[in-house]
Formats: sequence, structure tokens, C-alpha cells
Amino acid sequence: MTTETADRAEAAAGVAPAADAGFLQRYGATIEYILIPGAALVGALAVFGMFVALFGKNPLDLYFYMYQGAFGTWFSWQNTLTRAAPLILTALCTALPAQLGMVIIGGEGALLIGALSATSVALAMPWAPPLVVQIAMVCAGVIGGGLWITLSGALRQYRGVNETISSLLLVYIGLAILNHLVEGMMRDPASLNKPSTREIGAANMIGSIPGTDVHWGLVFGLIAAFASYILIYHTVFGFSARVAGGNIRAARIVGLGVNKLILTICFLAGGAAGLAGMVEVAAVQGRTNANLAAGYGFTGILVAFLARHNPLAIIPVAILLGGISASGGLLQRRLGLPDASVLVLQGIIFVFVLASDALYGRIGFLKGKT
Amino acid sequence: MIIGEAPLPEGPLGVDAIAVTMKFGDFLALDNVALKVRPGSFHALLGENGAGKSTLVKCIMGYYHATEGDILVGGREQAIANPKDAHALGLGMVYQHFTLVPAMTVAENLVLARDDVPAVVNWAKETQELEAFLARMPFKVPLNAKVSDISAGERQKCEILKQLYLKRRFLILDEPTSVLTPGEADEVLGMLRDMVVSGGLTILMITHKFREVMAFADEVTILRRGKLAGNGKVADLTPDSMARMMIGAEELTVQPPRVGQLGEARLELSRLNALDDAGAVAVHDVSLTVRGGEIVGIAGVSGNGQRQLVEVLAGQREAESGEVRIRGDLYSASREEMRRHKMSLLPEEPLKNACVGGMSVADNIAFREFDRAPFASKGWWLNKSAFRKVAERKIGLYKIKTRSPDTPISALSGGNVQRAVLARELGGEVEVLIAANPCFGLDFAAVAQIHAEIMAARNRGAAVLLVSEDLDELLELSDRLVVMFHGQFVHEARASEADLTEIGRHMAGH
Repeated sequence: MTTETADRAEAAAGVAPAADAGFLQRYGATIEYILIPGAALVGALAVFGMFVALFGKNPLDLYFYMYQGAFGTWFSWQNTLTRAAPLILTALCTALPAQLGMVIIGGEGALLIGALSATSVALAMPWAPPLVVQIAMVCAGVIGGGLWITLSGALRQYRGVNETISSLLLVYIGLAILNHLVEGMMRDPASLNKPSTREIGAANMIGSIPGTDVHWGLVFGLIAAFASYILIYHTVFGFSARVAGGNIRAARIVGLGVNKLILTICFLAGGAAGLAGMVEVAAVQGRTNANLAAGYGFTGILVAFLARHNPLAIIPVAILLGGISASGGLLQRRLGLPDASVLVLQGIIFVFVLASDALYGRIGFLKGKT
Repeated sequence: MIIGEAPLPEGPLGVDAIAVTMKFGDFLALDNVALKVRPGSFHALLGENGAGKSTLVKCIMGYYHATEGDILVGGREQAIANPKDAHALGLGMVYQHFTLVPAMTVAENLVLARDDVPAVVNWAKETQELEAFLARMPFKVPLNAKVSDISAGERQKCEILKQLYLKRRFLILDEPTSVLTPGEADEVLGMLRDMVVSGGLTILMITHKFREVMAFADEVTILRRGKLAGNGKVADLTPDSMARMMIGAEELTVQPPRVGQLGEARLELSRLNALDDAGAVAVHDVSLTVRGGEIVGIAGVSGNGQRQLVEVLAGQREAESGEVRIRGDLYSASREEMRRHKMSLLPEEPLKNACVGGMSVADNIAFREFDRAPFASKGWWLNKSAFRKVAERKIGLYKIKTRSPDTPISALSGGNVQRAVLARELGGEVEVLIAANPCFGLDFAAVAQIHAEIMAARNRGAAVLLVSEDLDELLELSDRLVVMFHGQFVHEARASEADLTEIGRHMAGH
């Protein structure tokens, strides 16, 4: 007998069975990453079906209209993609810090501050050509949102404040600042019922992708998701982040500057959400007001968790969740369901996804065991 | 147990494992192993890591169910479905690591361990009963002291008392002395031996220390790679014959001889202070100089500040005050300083301290160098093929057993994780090496290899600080030996002239 046998004995007795090298051994983990969230989603839809049945509606109708409303027609596809755009960006706000083991749930706050910064910059330079204004708005949105989340990261590293709590509370502070400015010094006197800032001007709007009604924000989101993927998996910075996120003690023992990593990744995360705010202003609203707090930041958390914080997986998941919210209108019209039903579904999905976390590594047939 | 069955015999219990085979998947962890522990005997179970000792006792305790074979308790076949069944039969286990709640008193820990804790505890009555129980026991422990305030030796006694208090008649001890000073170990084992001799108790002790086997055990069973390698009366055996049975015909790495000149001062600690996680002083005014070409060993019972000292040097903990200098430069554990001074660190529990379990073996091997060529092109783009190439070379060189360089490092055995860390840390030039319990829980082959690497680094002129709880290891490798107690250096000796009793005395704080 060789030493290998003894080592395998240890491995077998411990966590990871190293018994047979087969298909499941190699791909079991990947299959798990698709199977478990998928099952959580199906479970959530089933429970939502029961919820709808309690209203006296047929769940099968529900699923049909949801499909119709989300992906049934070209019109619904465009609606879905328009909603997916900010979701991709706000999901990155949770997914990037997750690489470092942080749970940031304040994407909504960064979105609001990003929107406010972008609007302010646009209003401050009425003389500039549209392209310059748009570039300045992107920069302002990214920097505003980035600094907002960096604040959470700094509070954690230098003051020991839990980043989950601080980022959530910063959402409400961000909303309060926005309301204060919109109802005060930045208010457009013409906005009577709904206090808003002045409009940034039609020329400065970023418009739609030619041939569609989907605005350019979707392209921003796709670029940000791909760039994040490359950053995390193909660069020195991403490697350092994965080391620190995987085991902070290992990162310290090889001398990685953990504080700098955390602040940088928080800035990038907040920047993504801030960009979502900029997009909402420059492609949809045209101005800043309380309408911006539409919950994209919170749905983004759900997207990131469903995608297991993988930047590429965020894209299809955001489209799926965008579709669910796009189907809300149709459900209301055809089934007479309350407007908030979609939020109920989102809540159920979140609970299922969080609970499904307990299943990883426990599905027997995926371990390649006999 | 079946109702109506005759009760188990009174007095000490014997346990027999007959032809036990345990399979995990298609891998044989135990192959037709027999173990016979006579009632009222002190039995030692010897074997390297991975030999199957833990698997065997886990089968006895009902954590695992043997694929084939039977477990006999008191001469009668028993189906032990889970640890609760084992407890009901009077079998108990003392683990290597403490299972007491540190924030509670000894008395509270004892009472809470019972299966039938009442909803409202009548403490006056319980205390009285506990005192009566303690009066019958050979060990004394302070009932009203908090567990966090008592020494490791006393905690180990509490663990054993807890088992006796729960009326266990067959005790399995899993390396019970690994956290004790040699003096404490002898005291605890001596008392257990007396209890066995006076009747009423049977002991099965897992260990790898021949000295303890020779001094305290009646009989011994030796496992090697999941098979029975030998058994017999201790009186008929010698440490040499037992070692041969344990290791088999395997060749171990030969340690290079101690050569070379003492160099200039490389690592200097001056009046260093550090706190533990709870904010108490763990390292107190420690000063030390380690010169090139010498190994300075730090001895001490675990929990006397060694961990915090190493953490400060590894950058995992901030020093409260004092300074660390390397070749005269102030040192703050940054990546740039570690690189400039060619620092290497071999921390204890490498999977917890130096690796990212979910990342691949190749990635883990590259942690020190990934931001430079050939791993990184132009300083930022990762070159995956370089990771693989370097890993493949080091896997061969350091005999790391892994399915592929892409296997997550957490799937490797402890010895191979440590080999991977060794490949990373000692693969290049080394001028300062800090090692903490580098061989804890590893098999002979890995230990021999690590000792040889450390000695080779010293011979090449590195300054080595070796922190270990294993005195034999320290005496074998060190040039100089320092004893750490309650966060301070209390004794220093040349390793070649060191007196074991003197060192043991200082380790216990006398």
C-alpha cells in the first residue's frame, strides 16, 4: 500500500470525498450552482401560485400571464430588458463586495446618491455639448455612488461597524438627503405636486438602442458585468480580492493590503449602483425626484444572491427578475391581482434562495458517492 | 437495548471490535481490523495520522456505522446506532480539543452535560452532590471557578471528570495530553492509571507518544493505513518495535546535519506587547534576537501567548506596543517588507491560517508571487498557464498528493496542505523563517520532510523562529530554546544543554 491510500483515507473521512474521479466529481459543484437556485425559484413560484389561488385565481393562468408579460412578445421583452438594466448594476453592488466576504445591501442608497450627483453635474453645466454632459454625468454617478458605499467599507475597516447594517441605514440617509435637496435648494419651482429638480434637458438624455425602446443603460450594465467578471477572475486585483474574501488570515500572512482592497471594491460596487442612478435619470426620468427610489437597489440584492455573486450569472438572473417585475402590470389587468403581488413574489423568492443555501454540499448524488 | 434483556455486567466494561471494515465510497478506511480491550485495562491505540484510529473509535461510539464487522460491549454484540446509544451503554469519549463552555463554571458545565437537566436547577442540591462525587475522585478541580480561568491541565481533568460524572465506565481518550505540559500529562495519566488498577474503569487511549504508552498502558494495538499492524502487551514491546509497526517500510526524508556559521542579527523583537481577542494582554514585553543560521525554539503550553506572538509577526494581529525589526528596519508585515526581507511563514493549522480552502492548489501555491512575472503579465493580467506550470513543478518537488493542480486545496489531507504551504514559503530564497507548530497532526513522512526543510533553511543562513508545543521537536531542531509562560519569556537555554525537567518546570510557571 502506498502513502496515497492513507491520504485518501483522511480525505474520505473529512469533508471532501476524493474517492472516484468522474463526471460528478468534476462538475458536481457547477451543477449545484444551477440546480439549487433553480429549484428555489421553482419552489417560490409554486408557493406564489398557492398565494394566488387563495385569491380565487387559477395559478396556471398566473404562470401563463407572467410568461406573456415578461417574455411573450417583443414589447414585453423590451419592457423586461429596460427593467433588467438597473438591476444588473445594482446587483453588482452586492456581488462585488461579496467576493471579499462582505454583505452590502445598500445599493439603493448608492443609486439615489449617484442619480443626485449626475443630475447636479448636468444642471451645473448647461453650456456644454451633450456628449460632455453625459460623460460628466457618468463620472459623477460613479463617484457619488462609489463614495457612498466606500463610507460603509471604511466604517467597517476603521471603526468595526457591521457593513450590512451601515449600508442599509445609509439608504435612508441617502433618501433623506435627496428629499431635502429636491424639496429645498434644488427644487424646480414648476414642479408643484411632485417636488423634483429641474430637467437635465432632452438633448442630454442618453436615448435608446437603435431599433428598440430599450435604453443604453442595458449596454452600460452588460459592460459593467463583463468588466467585473474579468476583474475578479483574470486580474491581480481580483485574485487578491478572492484571497482576502476566501480567508482574511491567509491574505494577511502573505501581506496583502486588506484595507485598500476593501475600500477599492466598495468604491467599484457603489460606482455600479451610482451608474444605475445616472441611467435612470439620463434615460428614464430626466430629473431627480423621489420616483427614483423604486426599489431597484433592493431587487438587486436578490439578483446577486440568486446569481451566487457571479458577475456573469447576474445578467440572465437580472433579466429573469426584470421579467417578473415587467409582468406585474399584466397580472394586475388580467387577473385583478394587487399591485404589490410582484413584491410578494420577490419576497418569497428571497426566502427560498436564502434557505436553499443550506443545501450546498448535501445533495448526495452530486458528490459522486455510491 | 431490547427490553427484558439481562443488564450489562457491573464493573469495568470491555469492548471488542471484530473484523471491522469501513468503506467511504470505494475507499477502504478500515480493512478487517480487530481490537480487543479487556475490561479493567489501559489500552493504547497507536498509529500515524490517517491510519484509521479515529475512524475505528468513531465506529465504536456510533458516529460511523461499520460497513462490515461487529462491536461487542461487555462481551455482547451491540448495535450502536448513534453516540446516544454508546453513552447509554456506558461508553464515553474525551476529545483532543476541549468541549467545555469557557464562560461557565466547572459545576455548571458538569450539570449541563447530563441528559436529564431539570428545567429549574436546584444549585444547592447539585453542588452538594457534586462535592460528594468529587470526594470519591482522585482529581480535584475548583467547582466554582470559570472554565476560562483554569489551566489546560485542569480543563483536561474536568473533561475526564465529566465522563465519570455521567457514569461512563469505558473511556476513549483522543490524544489527551497534546495540550498539557509533560508534568501535567504524567499527573493526569497516572491518576487514570490508578483508577483503572483499582477497578471500575477501562481506558482506550489514542496517542502517538511512545513514552506515554510505555509508562501507562497495559496493552497496545497498532494500526497502519487502515490495517491492523500489530498488538500485544506493552511489556513485551520496545518503542523501536512499535515505531517499525507504525511506519512500515516507508523511507523518510533524511534531515541534513547542522552546519554553517552564526550570522548577523536578522529578527529583533523589543518590548513587544500584544492583546488576545478578548483584549487581555497575551504577549508581555517580549524581547528576542534571532541571528542568521540559527533556530530559536519557543516552548510553552498552548495558550501562553505564542499564537498571538506569531500572529503579530505574520501580520494577522497588530502589536499594542514595542517594535519588530528585521535587519535593522522596522517591520509592519506589509507585502513589500516580507518580499524585501525574504520572509517565510509556516503557521499552525495551515488550512485556516495560510490557505483559501475553496481556491485551487495551484492558486494557493502562487499566493506569494501572483502579482509578479511569470504569474502576472504587465503587473495586472493573470497568466493562468504559469500558475499551472509552476504548480506542477512544485507538486512534484514537494511530493504533494493531489488529483490535479486545479483541485480545491481543502480536499487535500493535512500533510499535503502543509506540503503545499511549504512549497510556497520555502520554494524561493529564505532569510527569515517563522514556523508555528508546523508538524501538528501530520504523519511521519510529512514531519520528516518539514524538519529537513527547516534545517536546510537554517543551514543556508536563514534566521528561524520555531514555535512549538512539541518539546521533542524543539530539542531536535533548535539551537537555542526559550520558554514562554503567561506571555513572557521566562527561561532560556542552549538546546544541546537543555534539561527537560527544568524546561517543564518553567512551562508550568514555577
